[in-house]
Amino acid sequence: MELMIESFPRLLNATILTIELTLLSLFFGIFVGAFFAVLRTSKIKIFQVISYYYSYIFRGTPLLVQIFIIYFGLGQVEWLRESFLWVVFKEPYSCAIIAFTLNTGAYTSEIFRSAFETIQKGLIEAADGLGLNKLHIFFKIKLPLAIKQSLPAYGNEMILMLKGTSLASTVTLLDLTGVAKHIISTTFKPVEVFIVAGSIYLLMTFIIHNFIKILEKKLDYSK
Amino acid sequence: MGLLAYGDTGWGDELFFATLMTIAVALVAIFIGFFLAAIFASFKLSSIRILNLFGSFYTTVFRGVPELLVIYLFFFGSSGAVMYVAKIFGYDGYIEVNAFFTGALSIGIISGAYSTEVFRGAVQSINKGQFEASKVLGLKKKVYYYKIIIPQMLRLALPNISNVWQITLKDTSLISVTGLVEIMRQSYIAAGSTRDPLFFYSFAAVLYLFLTFLSMKLFNNLEKHYSRGY
Repeated sequence: MELMIESFPRLLNATILTIELTLLSLFFGIFVGAFFAVLRTSKIKIFQVISYYYSYIFRGTPLLVQIFIIYFGLGQVEWLRESFLWVVFKEPYSCAIIAFTLNTGAYTSEIFRSAFETIQKGLIEAADGLGLNKLHIFFKIKLPLAIKQSLPAYGNEMILMLKGTSLASTVTLLDLTGVAKHIISTTFKPVEVFIVAGSIYLLMTFIIHNFIKILEKKLDYSK
Repeated sequence: MGLLAYGDTGWGDELFFATLMTIAVALVAIFIGFFLAAIFASFKLSSIRILNLFGSFYTTVFRGVPELLVIYLFFFGSSGAVMYVAKIFGYDGYIEVNAFFTGALSIGIISGAYSTEVFRGAVQSINKGQFEASKVLGLKKKVYYYKIIIPQMLRLALPNISNVWQITLKDTSLISVTGLVEIMRQSYIAAGSTRDPLFFYSFAAVLYLFLTFLSMKLFNNLEKHYSRGY
């Protein structure tokens, strides 16, 4: 019990990094996901193939491998080390964000793609018949419907990303899991630390879950 | 390619056995998961409130807490727990619990939380009339479960079971932090001693892609098999 109270402020402090990593990766991931979803639905074959393999590779391998390739692996590439990009790739923080972004981007692109595919053709035809131009149709009809459609799946992806940030601890970052591991390995009291750190994670997933629920209600046009 | 030679000169054989280890851990884990899921899904479906709560608690905690944290709990906690029990029986020495066992157990418990939801959904998706009709026909409980309910359940649950398998397979990479020599750990060792992390981690990615590809094919065949007649 004493250890739980003692470690709480330290774990809470580490939570800031966890939240930071989650939000930044999700933010960038939305753009990456949207970009590849657009490529996937385009009519040009090569774009479809690129997008397909991107999501296939990033969804078919563990996130841990992706982080290790980016953090440990790319440091080996000579021209990268000499280029200005090295500022980005030598830091574990930015490497973690790049890995998380690419990973969540792959899942997000699938979510967006299927959301766009479920839009009824009749709606688009009706909009066309009403004389709306393409931009209007996209921003006023397709996008709002797709956002609403993808919300439940995206909520799950947000929670998966939150859990995924725990892997940042494998590249020396001290996020919530990293600090929890440090405390466990110095005190050998895994249960107490797990309860505190686990509760913080559960609280965050609870918040995400409810946030999505509220959004879903707000976007329910049928009511 | 010399790095991947089979035998003492390369890492080919080590990586091959590491891949087998990954498959072994994933298989043991998913079956531990199925076992737990059968129990907790019945808890969630039961009409007893306290069992419901128990089931929900299990799925909420193990789907909401990062896998790595769960692994640390078992990795650091298991030998302590075993020694505590041993002490009651009068044994005072240090006991180290096998890394394979703790790894498979922790991944299995996580995998079980996902399987629980899959099993629950599958049972709920079966038409009530099927249960009633089987009873009216006078079939024994065992017969109608094995011949009527489970085959239908499998057809609906297979795509989700396939998902759980993919998650479990990828989660096994996290066990490398405990020192168990599976694909990730072996690549880490090879990368360290050859100073070629890019090659070995990329190769690890290829191995995982190969495993996920194979399992996808396998599940597609199974799905076809169980969709006969639809």
